[in-house]
Amino acid sequence: MSGTRPTGAIVGVGELTPTRTTSGKTTLGMLAEASRLALEDSGLDRDRIDGLLVGPQVGETPQHVPATVAEYLGITPRMSNVVDLGGASGPGMIWRAAAAINAGMATAVLCVLGNHREPVPSRSPNRNPIREFDVPFGASGANTAYALLKTRHMHDFGTTDEQFASLAAVSRANAQSNPDAIFYGKPIDTAGILASPMIAEPLHLLEIVMPVAGGDAVIVMGAEAAEAATLRHAPVYLRGAGEMVTHRAMSQAPSYTTGPLKPSMAQALAQAGIGIDRIDLLSLYDCYTVMLAITIEDAGLCAPGQFGAWAAGRDLSHTGDVALNTHGGQLGFGQADLAGGMSHVVEAVRQLRGTADGRQMADAALALVTGNGATMSEAVALVLGRDR
Amino acid sequence: MTIHPSELIVPGPTPTGESEKFWAGCRDGELLLQFCERCEHWVFYPRTVCPHCWSDRLDWRRAAGTGSVRSFTVVHKPGHPGWAVAAPYVVAVIDLAEGPTMLTALVGVEPAGVRVGLPVAVRFETVGEFVLPFFAPVPPTA
Ligand SMILES: [Zn+2]
Repeated sequence: MSGTRPTGAIVGVGELTPTRTTSGKTTLGMLAEASRLALEDSGLDRDRIDGLLVGPQVGETPQHVPATVAEYLGITPRMSNVVDLGGASGPGMIWRAAAAINAGMATAVLCVLGNHREPVPSRSPNRNPIREFDVPFGASGANTAYALLKTRHMHDFGTTDEQFASLAAVSRANAQSNPDAIFYGKPIDTAGILASPMIAEPLHLLEIVMPVAGGDAVIVMGAEAAEAATLRHAPVYLRGAGEMVTHRAMSQAPSYTTGPLKPSMAQALAQAGIGIDRIDLLSLYDCYTVMLAITIEDAGLCAPGQFGAWAAGRDLSHTGDVALNTHGGQLGFGQADLAGGMSHVVEAVRQLRGTADGRQMADAALALVTGNGATMSEAVALVLGRDR
Repeated sequence: MTIHPSELIVPGPTPTGESEKFWAGCRDGELLLQFCERCEHWVFYPRTVCPHCWSDRLDWRRAAGTGSVRSFTVVHKPGHPGWAVAAPYVVAVIDLAEGPTMLTALVGVEPAGVRVGLPVAVRFETVGEFVLPFFAPVPPTA
């Protein structure tokens, strides 16, 4: 696969520290705070922001989301959109921002996601095909869907509970280098993960992300404009992107052992002109251990069914053979709803800039970032580079 | 534990104009699927156009009501509190004989008796105001 390469540069990132719940805060307010942090990080004037990409949720308002956010932020973007790719929304925003800039529709695009989280969450009403054909049979929520994936992976390849749990243990270990992670100061080994309660067999509690409140924002500019601007940090470049959407309900998925990230990652790497072996940081979406396992296999890091042996032979820390989810991944850092997917982008930017504080890799030049929405349904892959 | 559907107090489906015939079929003890007269694929869940060819020539036909387990999970912590009385219970995706896949819960079987590939058949059960297409192993094991 060849063709044109996307051009664009990430010039600012901002992230709220995850918390279990918020009280009295609004999603709009948290989006604004993450945006402010990203702007401060960029060194740009606020008036440079002329594009806006937001997620579908602002909590209080189901419609007119970009207008609501623009009004709240006091900006008048020349390009705005909702990006609704579930957990892949964050990475999906990055190439859309670059594309809008290349189309002449904006010069500096704010991409922002976030959510508040009340102590007692409310239930959404009963509608759409999943609510009609899955929920009435006791399949509420993502846990049952990802459990179906794990069952089939174990059946087809003979993979074991220990192998899946070992990936969560890696995330927890990496989270010990990140004071912002929800599980900072709380390491746990594979045995501890296997000892956690069974939620939806064969899924254990600690193979599932911890929902948290939080937010992430990223500012994207054109590569040349970024180099001409006065910035606080060197730009991080978009080198390649790939995206695919396949289904919504797990009952309609084309496969249970490979997903749309496979072609998406292949396209992103092809656009960047590199193989997976050139990647320094794997920043891979990990809502569940099985999602991370299948992504490792779909990336071509090992043969299908072999993620366990692959992981067992490697040091996956920031000083190891292959760095994997150095911020702890969502399994160790926490998942702030849709912002959880953007945390993988933010971590990659920090590593490529050399500002990842106590967990900085020695020489990170290229990162592969993935996003995943619903159940292996909505996929985005990005290759980010220190060099243009 | 196994599911006793009559004891469940859980959210039912919300039929739409596209799916009314499916739920009416369940009330009559028939598993009705759509069949595309253009590309001859069976279609589930009900839609206004065929997802294989975008034809709107979708006819309703009676399906065999048989299939095999594509994958399954034993739910210990249900997402909805109404299912707590049944936990741990089995949610499965069935490869229907006609081709489409359907999510359902399994009745008439203990969780330990379920495996990928298990042959199953539809078993209509009343839950609240609705008759739902649950599935059970064939031949029955419980
Ligand atoms: Zn058709």
